Amino acid sequence: MSESEKLEKALQDWNAKVEKSIAKYPERKAAFVTGSNSPVKRIYTPIDVGNKDKLETVGLPGEFPYTRGVQSTMYRGRLWTMRQYAGFGNAEESNARYKFLLAQGQTGLSIAFDLPTQIGYDSDHPLAAGEVGKVGVAIDSLEDMETLFGGIPLDKVSTSMTINAPASVLLAMYIAVAEKQGVSADKLDGTIQNDILKEYVARGTYIFPPTPSMRLITDIFSYCSKEVPSWNTISISGYHIREAGATAVQEVAFTLADGIAYVDAAIKAGLDVDEFAPRLSFFFNAHNDLFEEAAKFRAARRVWAHIMKERFGAKNPKSLMLRFHSQTAGSTLTAQQPENNVVRVTIQALAAVLGGTQSLHTNSRDEALALPTEASVRIALRTQQILAYESGVAETPDPLAGSYYVETLTDSIEEGVLAYIKRIDDLGGAVKAIEQGYIQQEIQDSAYAWQMDVEKNERVVVGLNKFQVKEGPPKGLLRVDPSVGENQVAKLQALRARRDNAAVTAALEALKVAAMGSDNLMPYILAAVKTYATLGEVCDVLRGVFGEYRPSVMF
Amino acid sequence: MIDTLARRCLDGDLRAVARLISLLEDGDKGAFGTLAALKQRSGHAHVIGITGPPGSGKSTLTDKLIGEFRASGKKVGVIAVDPSSPFSGGAILGDRLRMQGHATDPGVFIRSLASRGRLGGLSKATAFAVRALEAAGYDIVIIETVGVGQSEIDIVKVADTVVLISVPGLGDDIQVIKAGIMEIGDIFVVNKSDRDGADRVVREIRAMLETQAMLKRGRSVDAGPDTLSARNAEILHHGQNDLRPETMPERADPFGLPPVMKTIAETGEGVPELCREILSRFEDAKASGELEKRRQASIKSQLKDLVGWQVMDYFVDHEENGRLDNLARAILTRKIDVYTAARELFSALIKGEKQ
Amino acid sequence: MERKIRVIVAKPGLDGHDRGAKVIARALRDAGMEVIYTGLRQTPEQIVQAAIQEDADVIALSILSGAHNHLFPRVVDLLKEKGADDILVFGGGVIPEEDIPFLKSKGIAEVFGPGTPTSVTVDFIKTHLKRE
Repeated sequence: MSESEKLEKALQDWNAKVEKSIAKYPERKAAFVTGSNSPVKRIYTPIDVGNKDKLETVGLPGEFPYTRGVQSTMYRGRLWTMRQYAGFGNAEESNARYKFLLAQGQTGLSIAFDLPTQIGYDSDHPLAAGEVGKVGVAIDSLEDMETLFGGIPLDKVSTSMTINAPASVLLAMYIAVAEKQGVSADKLDGTIQNDILKEYVARGTYIFPPTPSMRLITDIFSYCSKEVPSWNTISISGYHIREAGATAVQEVAFTLADGIAYVDAAIKAGLDVDEFAPRLSFFFNAHNDLFEEAAKFRAARRVWAHIMKERFGAKNPKSLMLRFHSQTAGSTLTAQQPENNVVRVTIQALAAVLGGTQSLHTNSRDEALALPTEASVRIALRTQQILAYESGVAETPDPLAGSYYVETLTDSIEEGVLAYIKRIDDLGGAVKAIEQGYIQQEIQDSAYAWQMDVEKNERVVVGLNKFQVKEGPPKGLLRVDPSVGENQVAKLQALRARRDNAAVTAALEALKVAAMGSDNLMPYILAAVKTYATLGEVCDVLRGVFGEYRPSVMF
Repeated sequence: MIDTLARRCLDGDLRAVARLISLLEDGDKGAFGTLAALKQRSGHAHVIGITGPPGSGKSTLTDKLIGEFRASGKKVGVIAVDPSSPFSGGAILGDRLRMQGHATDPGVFIRSLASRGRLGGLSKATAFAVRALEAAGYDIVIIETVGVGQSEIDIVKVADTVVLISVPGLGDDIQVIKAGIMEIGDIFVVNKSDRDGADRVVREIRAMLETQAMLKRGRSVDAGPDTLSARNAEILHHGQNDLRPETMPERADPFGLPPVMKTIAETGEGVPELCREILSRFEDAKASGELEKRRQASIKSQLKDLVGWQVMDYFVDHEENGRLDNLARAILTRKIDVYTAARELFSALIKGEKQ
Repeated sequence: MERKIRVIVAKPGLDGHDRGAKVIARALRDAGMEVIYTGLRQTPEQIVQAAIQEDADVIALSILSGAHNHLFPRVVDLLKEKGADDILVFGGGVIPEEDIPFLKSKGIAEVFGPGTPTSVTVDFIKTHLKRE
């Protein structure tokens, strides 16, 4: 008998024995599933991994199809960037928090903006009432941006900005601040999220309809490829899609489908794929199921590498590499017994590291309650540091490779992703699929199914539907000072009185004309922000030309 | 003598109007009395029915039309009908979302109704809701519903103008050919007309309208229906072939064929033209007496429905007191046959028997 | 025939996280209620007008952005102004427990925090209707 025949026979005998024993002592559950409800078998063996060419499918780190990682040495060369998302209140408070985090050993900045800023409204807009400074920092103009980065050398620090619809404006402000610091744009290192498609589907901070939004995005690709070459011009995101209720397969599928749409748009706009693709980056969720998540990241890299090579004909190896930031899953953290969240975040962070993430944000224990206090965010950062320095998982790349379970999971996730991408292609691409509500419906259905599982106790959430305790209200939560709103409004009034309003008007007029034509808008936006035109003023010009997006909701 | 709810409706008290619609939905007897008190106002509004398949952009189009009508100074009421879940009896009514921009305009009243068991049809209360909005002074009442099930048939009983919406590329170009649907449209709209295939949908609809008109007149160029049906089959299969002028019948119909218009509701393109067409057709119908004829027919239809519902209510009562169960048992044990049983029940109804 | 309970599900302010609101909308529908889902970016004025026109029994507000102390009381105040304060108003989302007494004092009947089973919300509505 050959090796594999021996194994088959042994497995058969083993299964028979197990079945006999299960008849007397049943397993804990009738059906075992992953965090995404995919079935989990009784045992995984070499038979599951089969006779595939390992070099072709799994390969080596830093080599196509990058299943094992995008760099050859991975964390032996350089640890992942520890990049905690932060920001609240006004620019001064946020600036202080950034300096605190950098002093505590964080290696990159990640800026959280408030909702009015994310949606292109100034702090004195009627819709901004009650929202200023609440979920992030309020930025109304270049002046606020200068305060935000006061004392932080932009040539030494890489900055990720979670900004989408008005990404062009915030990027322009960042470039202008750097200029004032004497740092030229070609030295700037960082990322803008700039992923409008997921806004329509899972996050909600859209402004303009899809077509002009894609134009702004490709303008940024083009501008940065020449002026800000080290900048990651987009962070194609699955995090929010997962948070909205999607499964692991859906998270990757919808994210990569969005990615395909962006690459298509850029190529249509006349860019060469190898010109912009090396600067595309991704943002994924690090969820509960350790092995499924690690496998998910490996599958994502493999699928994207093949897409870029075969569908888009990219030649530069950098165009084929899926580099990603990840964040631990906020929606899994509970308001009940919040200290347990530290444990959840540890497991999720471990999954991201085993999955080869390039940078990582770990949530704080008070996630379900409020924005994190200094103490909470420090624990979150220490979680990453302990993983990096004490756990041993960073000592060799892709340590889970070869696990029968993980390789099988990687393959099956890849299969599921490809099926979804085909379906979306059949619908005409991600933009059409979103117009038709297909992606939203899939996500909603998964979200509802998950909720019903929890309510029927088929899925346990510790402290929530099992192991509950009676608790008093949590203490010591962060509160955003409500006067932030009033102060921003006052600052705005003073700014408008102080600045050269003729210059502002001229710059906004030039932007309007350009927006109606087909020029790259970045230089016009940069010129406008330098006159201290506010974010709302710039966005209103664009709203006038592009219109506003109206969502479609299906149930 | 006018009751307080009626008075408040006439005064434009929105809560009262909303309450009245709910009471009518629930079949509250007092509410019908209120409607009776408001009958002087009935017939004042121009009722427009808008229907189309899911994804055709009806709500967006309605939203834009509201804007047009408002700009010309008219007050607009909207009834948006969505299906109820056959399992739970509940519903998610999401059409309003597309029109929420008008929520705070005092000249606009938007009400969502669930079909409540009428499979794909309008809510029973739709016609009553229209009357309530009319009484409250709305000049235009738009009924918006998904074109599935029997909703199109229902809508023609209530609306003065029926607008049918199609979209290119929803997979099946001939979605418009459902039994009877071509007959009820006064205006056909191809929305999302910036998409591929829009012109072809327009041509196909025009071709079908022409076929329909020919069939109605029973005319054919050569002798015999066979030739006509052969030609029709050709048209249906190859909609892009234009009918040659010599095969077209005389257009005795004063208004010609219903127009087929293109719109892009998202941007508002084509909407002012659609609005003008809707209004001018209405004026023409009023002037020519068509409107009167049509309303006559639709009122008759509503009367029949109402009587039918009352009969059904009577039987629901019988269901509750067991008479139907007894009869069913008797039928199954062959003590009586089902036709005789039905006649007996009906006579009982006529005689006004309570038992 | 049992009267249908009509519920407005709305997200006031700029918060775009609608997973919870959509799940609640479905759960309420599955419990036999008629849900008018008004979606994102609703002002208190839009929410109240919708509630009046729809003859709603309940307004369910979902918010995760921290702007609840400003927006929720606005909704209740407007309802009072329009003589519609027999409509039950409650909220859900990310709302710190220490804000709940304030919200309740302003007329919010209850606040359902993260992890609340949908059945609890359904039962609450059924047992706390202010009208009829």
